[in-house]
Amino acid sequence: MSDRLLVSTRKGLFTVGRKGPGAWSIERVSFLGDNVSLALADPRDGTWYAALDHGHFGVKLQRSDDQGATWEEIAVPEYPAPPEGAAEEKDWMGRTIPWKLIRIWALETGGADQPGLIWAGTLPGGLFKSTDRGATWSMARALWDDPRRIKWAGGGADYAGLHSICVDPRNSDHLAVAVSTGGVWATEDGGATWELRGQGLRAEYVPPEDTYNPLNQDVHRLVQCAAAPDRFWIQHHNGVFRSDDGARTFSEITNVPPAVFGFAVAVHPEHPDTAWFVPSTKDEKRIPVDGKVVVARTRDGAKSFDVLCHGLPQDHAYDLTLRHALDIDASGDRLAFGSSTGSLWVTEDGGDHWSSISNHLPPVYAVRFVK
Amino acid sequence: MPRVTFTRNLQRHVACPPCEVAGGTVREVLDAAFALYPVARGYVLDERGEVRTHMILFVDGQAISDRRALSDTVPEHGEVFVMQALSGG
Repeated sequence: MSDRLLVSTRKGLFTVGRKGPGAWSIERVSFLGDNVSLALADPRDGTWYAALDHGHFGVKLQRSDDQGATWEEIAVPEYPAPPEGAAEEKDWMGRTIPWKLIRIWALETGGADQPGLIWAGTLPGGLFKSTDRGATWSMARALWDDPRRIKWAGGGADYAGLHSICVDPRNSDHLAVAVSTGGVWATEDGGATWELRGQGLRAEYVPPEDTYNPLNQDVHRLVQCAAAPDRFWIQHHNGVFRSDDGARTFSEITNVPPAVFGFAVAVHPEHPDTAWFVPSTKDEKRIPVDGKVVVARTRDGAKSFDVLCHGLPQDHAYDLTLRHALDIDASGDRLAFGSSTGSLWVTEDGGDHWSSISNHLPPVYAVRFVK
Repeated sequence: MPRVTFTRNLQRHVACPPCEVAGGTVREVLDAAFALYPVARGYVLDERGEVRTHMILFVDGQAISDRRALSDTVPEHGEVFVMQALSGG
């Protein structure tokens, strides 16, 4: 069981610790005042990583070898130079796609057999690998150089972003990544070659002929079950989807109460049929349905859902949970989620009961258990 | 020699007090300054070596015109100011 959380916010990184049953509190604030977009605690060697966006000064990465007591700045992924003499790349809206780092939007460890290997997903649409704990980075060029990449588009940002990286626990060279917007891509050779997957995903917001084009899919979040790695869950821009065959094909789940819109999804590490979502009124509003914060949980592969609300605000609550702001620990009992209006909740019984840790944090971008 | 002054807001992240360095263009002057403060480079320039979108550089009070190649001339006793642009605020 995890007793610690890393909470990345608009104004700093908060370390939250468990003091007793249901009692969690802030232990430390790092980078107070700075925009921390994401953090990662590497269970293989105990290293912590934090991605900062300093706005004017650009995106930076920090690393801690002492659980956040001290930090040192390390290298950030750098985009390659465009080919000499090549015309500027334009997206489908005619905007120039910069070959420059705009945001770090995913941070994941490599496999258990790859100590020191870290993956980073970026905006615009890049995947980077470090084999030396972030001292140096190299781009997964085969994905960047795929001619279909030019068809990716901005989802929640001006440019396409790679926000989910799933490393198969059976084989560390097998990765599935998701792009908003750009669908689900997989490699079985550590990134040398890539396959566009995601048949069955459906996009409501494109012309009819492109509705089922896997390239057009605005995947908000992709997660993989550790004990049954062929099972993936997706929270998508206009729905929830499940795959039982390694993200090759998906079936749409339409019965998520109270709404199928949202950003975050978590899957139980041992039970592939158990998953959690934080639904919101669909895209034009992006607020909790009826002002009630709830979590939707299925324990039977989406045949049915429970609406979990015990301990969550049910009156005029307008908390929005972003894609990285829901996490689950290795036991599957503890989950935590934060909101764009600074709330943070934790459960120790799979969501039946929630405790509020704070309602006054800066906007929460990411919540991560220290596993 | 030209004198380079970095915005005080940058000092919170990287210590880079004013310095006098050799150089006849913005590129040469900045390269010399970043030799003293290597970490500061990535805060002012991006991976293409261009001025970050929301940063602005002045030479003797005039905003530089070449934000990519940094070819603007710096006089022998010129003052280079590295600032945040309000555009990013």
